[in-house]
Amino acid sequence: MKIKREYMELGALATLALVLLVAFPLLLGGFYLNLAGKYLSFAFVAIGIVLTWGYGGILSLGQGIFFGLGGYALAMFLKIEASGSNLPDFMIWSGIKVMPAWWAPFSNIYITLAAIVLIPATMAFVFSYLVFKKRVSGVYFAIVTLALALTFTVLLVGQQSYTGGENGITNFTTFLGYDIYSHASTYAIYYTEIVLLLFVAMGSTAVIRSRLGNVVIAIRDREDRVRFSGYNTAAIKAFIFMLGALFASIGGAFFTIQAGLISPTVVGVTSSIEMVVYAAVGGRLSVPGAVLGALVVGFLQFYLSNNFPHIWLFFLGALFILVVTAMPNGLMGLLDRFALSRE
Amino acid sequence: MNFSIAVMQAFDGLSLFSVLLLMALGLAIIFGLMGVINMAHGELMTLGAYMTYLTASGFEKYAPNLMGIYILVAIPVAFLASFALGYALERLFVQWFYRRPLDTLLATWGLSLILQQAYRTIFGSGEVSVPLPSWLNGPWNLNSTIQIPLNRVFIIALAAGVTLGVYVLLNRTRSGLRIRAVTQNRAMSAAVGINTRKVDALTFALGSGLAGIAGCVFTMIGSTNPGTGQLYIVNAFIVVVFGGVQSLMGTVLSAFSIAQSQSWLEYFMSGSMAKMTMLAIVIVVLYFKPSGLFTTRVRS
Repeated sequence: MKIKREYMELGALATLALVLLVAFPLLLGGFYLNLAGKYLSFAFVAIGIVLTWGYGGILSLGQGIFFGLGGYALAMFLKIEASGSNLPDFMIWSGIKVMPAWWAPFSNIYITLAAIVLIPATMAFVFSYLVFKKRVSGVYFAIVTLALALTFTVLLVGQQSYTGGENGITNFTTFLGYDIYSHASTYAIYYTEIVLLLFVAMGSTAVIRSRLGNVVIAIRDREDRVRFSGYNTAAIKAFIFMLGALFASIGGAFFTIQAGLISPTVVGVTSSIEMVVYAAVGGRLSVPGAVLGALVVGFLQFYLSNNFPHIWLFFLGALFILVVTAMPNGLMGLLDRFALSRE
Repeated sequence: MNFSIAVMQAFDGLSLFSVLLLMALGLAIIFGLMGVINMAHGELMTLGAYMTYLTASGFEKYAPNLMGIYILVAIPVAFLASFALGYALERLFVQWFYRRPLDTLLATWGLSLILQQAYRTIFGSGEVSVPLPSWLNGPWNLNSTIQIPLNRVFIIALAAGVTLGVYVLLNRTRSGLRIRAVTQNRAMSAAVGINTRKVDALTFALGSGLAGIAGCVFTMIGSTNPGTGQLYIVNAFIVVVFGGVQSLMGTVLSAFSIAQSQSWLEYFMSGSMAKMTMLAIVIVVLYFKPSGLFTTRVRS
């Protein structure tokens, strides 16, 4: 059974790779490919949620913060490039005369990329280690992260002259000199994203199957016992949480370039909670499921909110209820049960 | 800063305190006492607000000369409507999730989305507002420099009354005794003949009804739209967690300290910075006292 499940998981990953690398670019036009890229940026977050929530038992309702850190970091770089020798437009409107010191480093692509990786990872590790050390977990952790997500958006909206406020940062033109809206760029950005996504997916699968993964599952199920056995459970949980944050940040950066904007709405409380549903729909224990969930919910939202705008929220609400009542392991759980029952 | 400004500033904090307190009281019962995370709590407040709107519209149409007292009718109407919805929700929905707190969180969030869309379909997506009764309009002039808005005085009085009512209900009546018994030891309560499922439903409904009253108060200080509840839900949770769950007194003190600090911070910095500083302080304090500021030790 266990062996079979492992093969199935590998099969699902391979199918995913084929669909994303070959089928999508062949079948979808530029517009839909860009849309798929936008929804896949949430797949990064969803994979992180599978790790932290599904395997680690840590429900964070603040993944939007890390998504936002990555997204805003790249947005700052793109905005500086788009503005040329001028200050970004929203700064001029707010009457700012010189580039703020903490913006300036983001004119360098290497620093920006390093920031996308290091800032969320460091923040996530330090914050969650301190919190887990205090043995705050479960519902309280969820509420604390929710409060942080709220704080983050309040800060973004409030510091309008530095963050673009409610409207966020938008109107990008080029990335390292290449027009980001050209046909070739659409494909280049898409492929970069998919390669990275598959890398993240395979890395996560490897982590889950490693010794570390076993310890994480053990912590989820019986933290006390693992602690008594001599493990530093807080550090292990913090590491998993850091991975989740790192993935979210990478996803956020891709969202910025795919959607052409980043704003407080995208990273706020509501969308942080929606990110959890992506993972839940696909299956909280399945890495390929997380990608599937992000795509399915994304395209459903696109279809329903364009054609039946009144139904979308009813549908999303029902989806939340459905996944926790009827299919706790999501779409992949259904598939799993179906395949294993045919033996 | 002179004396008048200090008085008005303190009063600002006091009125923010009563709004926060009304919001958090219902949640303190549902989350604090029952341990249920109800993310749809905000939508129960919105229901109260819409009920107030309906009552006001009804009075405007059929009894315009009684407009002055509509608010006195609207409060019980809002309470009863949210009470009924809360009761139905507990029976049909929430009771199946008692053992799975994280799932409750997600499922009730889904519920809140459905309710929001329902409000949007019924009442439209725009803002609705109600006229203030004339006797609550305008300031109360304490002296030539100190002016206090009358509707805020009303809200403070209402918050005090409701809190007192909840205290008496929980600590001085038989129903309150049953509620406390069930939350402290469910199995033992059932053994001595308490119908715990009925108590659960009624407790949940009571918390929901209080949310309705909070919603009614919102109409006095701002307008209502289908998403209003979302604005307040996180703050309400923060007040309850900060105060320490399972302690009503904690909720009161927590609402008081959050409100006063926020309104004083707002005097020194911009609104959003004050809010952020406040949230940061709360998180830091929670770090050092994870079970909340004012916890009483209870056996788990």
